[in-house]
Amino acid sequence: MSPLKEMKRRDFLRVSAAAGGGLLISFCLPLDGKAAIFGEAETNFAPNAFLRIGTDDRVTLIVGQSEMGQGVLTSLPMLVAEELEVDFSTVHFEQSPAGAAYFNSNFGAQITGGSASVKTFYEPLRKAGATAREMLIAAAAQTWNVPAKDCKAEHGAVIHVASGKRLRYGELVEQAAKLTPPANAPLKDPKDFKLIGKPARRLDSSGKVDGSAVFGIDVKLPGMVTATVLRCPVFGGKVASFDDSKAKAVSGVRRVVQIDAGVAVVADNFWAAKKGRDALEVKWDEGPRASQTSEDITRMFAAAVEKPGAVARKEGDVDAALSKAAKKIEAVYEVPYQAHATMEPMNCTADVRADGCDVWGGIQSQTWSQGAAAKITGLPVEKVNIHTTMLGGGFGRRAETDFVVEAVQLSKAMSAPVKVIWTREDDMQHDFYRPGAYHKFAAGLDASGNVIAWLHRTSSASIYAAHGFGNPTVDGAAVEGAKELPYAIPNLQVEWAKQEPGVPIGFWRSVGHSHTAFATECFLDELAAAAGKDPYEFRRALLEKSPRHKRVLELAAAKGNWGKPLPKGQGRGIAVAESFDSFVAQVAEVTVGDDGSVRVNRVVCAIDCGPIVNPDTIEAQMQSGIVYGLTAALKGEITIEGGRVKQRNFSDYQMLRVKEMPRVEVYIVPSTDKMGGVGEPGTPPIAPAVVNAIFAATGKRIRKLPVRLVA
Amino acid sequence: MITMKVNGKTVKVDVDPSTPLLWVLRDTLGLTGTKYGCGIAQCGACTINLDGAATRSCIKRVADAAGKEITTIEGLSADLSHPLQKAWMEIDVPQCGYCQSGQIMSAAVLLAGNSKPTDTDIDDAMTGNICRCGTYQRIREAIHHAAEMKRSAK
Repeated sequence: MSPLKEMKRRDFLRVSAAAGGGLLISFCLPLDGKAAIFGEAETNFAPNAFLRIGTDDRVTLIVGQSEMGQGVLTSLPMLVAEELEVDFSTVHFEQSPAGAAYFNSNFGAQITGGSASVKTFYEPLRKAGATAREMLIAAAAQTWNVPAKDCKAEHGAVIHVASGKRLRYGELVEQAAKLTPPANAPLKDPKDFKLIGKPARRLDSSGKVDGSAVFGIDVKLPGMVTATVLRCPVFGGKVASFDDSKAKAVSGVRRVVQIDAGVAVVADNFWAAKKGRDALEVKWDEGPRASQTSEDITRMFAAAVEKPGAVARKEGDVDAALSKAAKKIEAVYEVPYQAHATMEPMNCTADVRADGCDVWGGIQSQTWSQGAAAKITGLPVEKVNIHTTMLGGGFGRRAETDFVVEAVQLSKAMSAPVKVIWTREDDMQHDFYRPGAYHKFAAGLDASGNVIAWLHRTSSASIYAAHGFGNPTVDGAAVEGAKELPYAIPNLQVEWAKQEPGVPIGFWRSVGHSHTAFATECFLDELAAAAGKDPYEFRRALLEKSPRHKRVLELAAAKGNWGKPLPKGQGRGIAVAESFDSFVAQVAEVTVGDDGSVRVNRVVCAIDCGPIVNPDTIEAQMQSGIVYGLTAALKGEITIEGGRVKQRNFSDYQMLRVKEMPRVEVYIVPSTDKMGGVGEPGTPPIAPAVVNAIFAATGKRIRKLPVRLVA
Repeated sequence: MITMKVNGKTVKVDVDPSTPLLWVLRDTLGLTGTKYGCGIAQCGACTINLDGAATRSCIKRVADAAGKEITTIEGLSADLSHPLQKAWMEIDVPQCGYCQSGQIMSAAVLLAGNSKPTDTDIDDAMTGNICRCGTYQRIREAIHHAAEMKRSAK
């Protein structure tokens, strides 16, 4: 048995004295099945929870997950504070270094993504807190020479109930550090929770309202220089030759360096680097894709779905059912590529020396970044220190390592600390885009309007293959959500036809769900209309065996005044989707103007994510996911022309603005079911809810995003 | 040499006069609270107050700021005591936080001239500030709350 498999059977726990006095508890969680996809851990002791309690009573959780707005620097400390019985105001966070010690067991790597932080760390962090609590109680009991069972922990202190004697944690940590930790410290009964499940203020707000929070772009080191990189505008192209004489003549420019990504201008500051780059003359070998257009890519997908694809799910006999259907409905749904467009453009700072390498930046994958830097520098992985700053948005973009590679290559070439800054145009034109996708459906209804057949063939590129996770027969990201269609349809088949147009693709908030929910939930709406049934009742009847879908659907419909008439020109649409183990239903109300303009007035969102940690964060993440999905539904479109991205900045890749913000109401279902995530699940249902609402308002069926309605 | 008043202090900078004020604030003066987002006045992350007006510092040449008074997020208060900062924290507006300096500086100009802004006033004043995390609903709420705090303090 491999050490990894053996490790799954046990928890690891280590206790030691903290540097500077106090108690340090390290925990290890077992890796689960996903480890195989993301690469196995090489070490067999990988503690991934670190808790420090100082002699000054200060409680610090060292967090290995990255804060990109989703509130992980608040929700993870809450878990520890609950079991430790300390007031939340005494709890602090520190961002961890990189290493196996901080792996997220969901990935077998230090990665923040998949809406997985809280659900992965929910039990281990509570266990860490509970263990510390029990040790502090034991230390106090020893000091007073009384049985531990006669003592209790409360507000950061241990109390001897009978005598009322009290010792603060800070007074007990030295003693506690000498004790053997208990094997199975009891976890609190959820009914006794004081923090978990109640709104808690974020711990990271102050730095974000006075400008002191440090993002990657704010990092400054002694002797640091700043670089901008000119990359080939055509995907797959490379440098043929360049003339840097004019660039070097710009005041403040130090050097012009060719790296893998293109040609870099290194200067004293950003503006000099940018001016130098404007003056740089590069001839590109644009490669084989120099004439590719979005239309070419659509044609590839459209041709691919004419033939059977790889089967992702098969129930019954869909062909036979279609041939005997009383009514057959067919439709094609299309979505374009989407950019992440984090508010903070990509950037990274690296300092490569003979004895080690330090990297600073907003990083979602410390493990991959560390590996990439080790490969470039030839240093062992443990000599690469990753300093994770605040992330000015992640959404999956910062799980890539391209910006890290550039900084490390440049620092190595310059023998100095280098910060590479991308302009907004760089960021928009060199993303790892949400793949464009094409969905072809055929469904059959019987004479009473029941759905008897559902054939869904989708075509797109493989995100997993693009990231080195093998070459799957069916890419999990391409069909997620479609494959798990929750509706009771006796004959159902989902297929994927792989096509690789060569546009870089990656993980974009909610990944495959971002388009499969749109396609499936809109097509289902079409079936309801064809059957002459109410779209809410139609769904509900098909969800008898999917109680969590049904529950959120009913809640959203009730709170969203489903069935109540709206004025002319307005409509209400509904959609439900499960993603990342959470169930979300949304009702959208829209007004469609005579000019074809679409305004979303109100969104009612119901979520069942299992046990709740911070309801305030859940509300914020639902609002956030809705805005992200709405921006894509109404505005976002990355198009390819001449092998390159046409959009350059927020002027032609527009974002939803405050004026267009609908009123969002979030309702959380009390639930003890399996815990899900909240960072992504708010996104998938919004596009279909809005598109279905447009149909309700106008009778026009939108099958291609972004929504373009002509008067 | 260009002279300006930044957060109450007179500063002299020796830089290329065509440099955008944003990069002088960030790279020369080390005031990194003001953020780069687009470079073309489309997103508002770089918003500062220039002689009391909400200004996109990414397209403002530093030469054109000579002799002017500039307030950045660092100069809004010394101790998080500005009503907008308090309201932002109470309502937990920030998510990733990157755009929030610009949001707050736009809101500060709004509140300076309007003690009781309506939702429409807020939407009009804030529409130049993009938030990719989608904190707009809480931004509206926090501006109302800050306005109320400011009114009741008088």
